[in-house]
Amino acid sequence: MDFLAPTTWADALAAKAEHPDALPVAGGTDVMVEINFDHARPPALLDLTRLPVLREWARDGGRIRLGAGVTYARVIDELGATLPGLAMASRTVGSPQIRNRGTVGGNLGSASPAGDSHPALLAADTTVEVASVRGVRLLPIGEFFTGVKRSALAPDELIAAVLITPPSGPQQYCKIGTRNAMVIAVSAFGFALHPDRRGVGTGIGSAAPTPRRAPAAEEFLAGELEAAGLWDSRGALPDGLAREFGHRVRDAASPIDDVRGTAAYRLASLSVMARRAATWAWDAHRSAACGPSDEDPPVRMHP
Amino acid sequence: MRITLTVNGARHDVDDVWEGESLLYALRERMGLPGSKNACEQGECGSCTVYLDGLPVCSCLVAAGQAQGREVTTVEGLADGERLHPVQQAFVECGAVQCGFCTPGLIVSTHDLLEHNARPSDPEIREALAGNLCRCTGYEKILDAVRTAARTLSAEQP
Repeated sequence: MDFLAPTTWADALAAKAEHPDALPVAGGTDVMVEINFDHARPPALLDLTRLPVLREWARDGGRIRLGAGVTYARVIDELGATLPGLAMASRTVGSPQIRNRGTVGGNLGSASPAGDSHPALLAADTTVEVASVRGVRLLPIGEFFTGVKRSALAPDELIAAVLITPPSGPQQYCKIGTRNAMVIAVSAFGFALHPDRRGVGTGIGSAAPTPRRAPAAEEFLAGELEAAGLWDSRGALPDGLAREFGHRVRDAASPIDDVRGTAAYRLASLSVMARRAATWAWDAHRSAACGPSDEDPPVRMHP
Repeated sequence: MRITLTVNGARHDVDDVWEGESLLYALRERMGLPGSKNACEQGECGSCTVYLDGLPVCSCLVAAGQAQGREVTTVEGLADGERLHPVQQAFVECGAVQCGFCTPGLIVSTHDLLEHNARPSDPEIREALAGNLCRCTGYEKILDAVRTAARTLSAEQP
């Protein structure tokens, strides 16, 4: 096995082009498990922890460009108010030790259907920036996941960053597991209200071969809110609307039975999580006193 | 391959490191530092917790090569010579040790908690130690030890 440890982004892309079989490793929270258990013996490891550019985040136009190597702990500490859905998802990841190492880019690279960040990224209409010596591609998150632990990443590409627009409305994230810490989700759900464009975002985790959105549920809820004039009035949700939304989210899933839970439980829990998330988010939207502020929230850069 | 890193303040040059091996393995088998324990090898149990550049991490999930040039502090590095760190002393005094396998990881995690939060509440202690499993289920004594260590450290640094 080779151990490639580039110190510049150009060198990293060159290394990946030369060694397309090299397995990128950042926090190691997935990759090292595979190696420790003899499940993976890649010809080379491509260490991404010596690339300062991956550990940066910054405002890029109206969006946050989050380097692929920013850890969950830093998302929580530095972006909790700016990217609330992703920060909520990050708080559910593993343990303090895991959050100190695990990265959003690594979560995407593993492309597990149970990746904790994925439902939040889907709900927030994230764009994934991937790069190779051939150039940069911007992929809508919905096109990134192509199968169980498979993604649209080409063999010579690395994940550079994700681009996320700070929300114009409340976001929520729910995850079912057997305890609060150290669990792979039985099922998970991300939710975003987009009052600026009168839309709704969703993300389903651990209940389909890939993380996926529930487009019909999104259109249904946004349309019902429009029809009732609720985007303008911020009135209470009509009886049964959140429940029906939950059912439509459930209908977008296609889970399996496995050691963590049954397909039936996953469907039932998704329906409940979606109902609750929509209700909580709408209540937060209603109680936001004067609507979204025109001022940008303060941005804290890491030292 | 060879890696060079600083462990508990001392520089180590370590040869014959396999490219896929963990920092935990290198610490235990190549540097003679068996304090960090090898249990689950998948980041679940926390018994291998060490500081890597000041952050507590599961050393079983760090590739040894990733520690090249970095600073590592293990449980062996917390005591001042023969004088135990107050966190270690508290675990002794409170009987927060049964089989002892989880103890080094819990001590590093507790050390980190009290560095950042001198008087943690019980929920804060539980959250901070969520990544450290004790399968003897001696958690009550462990919580006693954390509270005791917090009192000792607060008294030392009023």
